Amino acid sequence: MTDIRYLSPSTLDEAVSAFAAAGSAARILAGGTDLLVQMRAGSVRPGLIVDIKKISEMTAIEETADGGFRVGAAVPGAVLAEHPRFGKVWPGVLEAVNLIGSTQVQGRASAGGNLCNSSPAADSVPAMIAAGAIVTVAGPNGRREMPVEAVPAGPGRTHLKPGEILVSFTLPPRPPGSGDAYLRMIPRTEMDIAVVGCGVSLTLKGGVCTTARVGLGAVAPTVLLVEAAAKALVGSKLDDAALSAAASACSAACRPIDDKRGTIAYRTKIAGVLLKRTAAIAAQRAGGN
Amino acid sequence: MAKLHVSTTINGEPMEFLCEPNDTMLDALRGPLGLTGSKEGCASGDCGACSILLDDRLVCSCLMLSAEAQGHEIRTIEGMAHGEKLHPLQQKFLEMAALQCGICTSGMLVASDALLKKNPQPSEEEVRFWLAGNLCRCTGYDKIVRAVLETAQDMREARN
Repeated sequence: MTDIRYLSPSTLDEAVSAFAAAGSAARILAGGTDLLVQMRAGSVRPGLIVDIKKISEMTAIEETADGGFRVGAAVPGAVLAEHPRFGKVWPGVLEAVNLIGSTQVQGRASAGGNLCNSSPAADSVPAMIAAGAIVTVAGPNGRREMPVEAVPAGPGRTHLKPGEILVSFTLPPRPPGSGDAYLRMIPRTEMDIAVVGCGVSLTLKGGVCTTARVGLGAVAPTVLLVEAAAKALVGSKLDDAALSAAASACSAACRPIDDKRGTIAYRTKIAGVLLKRTAAIAAQRAGGN
Repeated sequence: MAKLHVSTTINGEPMEFLCEPNDTMLDALRGPLGLTGSKEGCASGDCGACSILLDDRLVCSCLMLSAEAQGHEIRTIEGMAHGEKLHPLQQKFLEMAALQCGICTSGMLVASDALLKKNPQPSEEEVRFWLAGNLCRCTGYDKIVRAVLETAQDMREARN
């Protein structure tokens, strides 16, 4: 009934060769929580499925020599949550990854899959953008690195080149006084898709914000890096004026759609509200570090 | 295309089966393996009726290819009771009538068992969040949550 092939190579080289050779009909399988649903719905009919979970680099969580983290693209959310240090250093990234789906989905779903599925509402992506994560991709022409925000090209599309596979996320070391957070607006308390998602990462020194990054999800065709919002926070003591300016910058960056989850006006307003709330949590965490 | 040959362990027993590359683990369980305790509700990872443990990690078997079981260990609802002796969760679900039509029950039990192994003393909120991916369309959540909490208490007392 089927001409699908399934491969589970143990090296990245094998995976890249097979994936590149099969062309556009090939799909990468990490946790499968999007791919299997798409196959079931008939929206994707892969000729080749390349399961990357036997490649150790894809499932590893390592602390880098400079004090950052490298997280394999296929590491499931539940595994990331069990890491003894990751959630202490990057609580916002972890809470974003852990908001993807149910307990069962957390057992399989990965940040790599969440990024490559390229939903504008992907929960982990705004937090990864705020964190300044760099991804490593491997393809027929070797490896290259790119910032997380450069990966999504639009709903369901990425800027990965043919044959390229996402390998890992590298998160930078954290200076003292740093904190991050992710909040999403959903009408329920669990198991829903973000109406707006906001990730903030910042560093405070003597109460003054010295660096900040803001990621905003579900308000444009791709998750956004909102540099104007970060600029409004940097140099301030996160006072009301700075937070209002950053919130306005977030609302100004919105190019949302009207759909059953929220109207354009609602999403635009909530983007600013979430920025304030998320920045407050990030600042509180930064104060504790 | 030839079928794939998969060697795996299911409920502690070595098992082999043949599958198509796009068969899900749920297809394999309910088909060639004859283990029909895991139910297909939504087939898209929303309802949790097909919950199993993959290397002791709770997953939806509808969101896993059966080929991925190669070399791994699967546990299903069929492995929960010891012969005729029900698992304390199964016994409590019966006593407290924590089921109505029963379609969600296998998944609820497998998921609750995974919770109690990880957290023997969950709060009500923790139980509700953990089971958020297990839907009961008879809306019998309250009895289910209470049965899980009472079982947890019984199991703690039995250990002390």
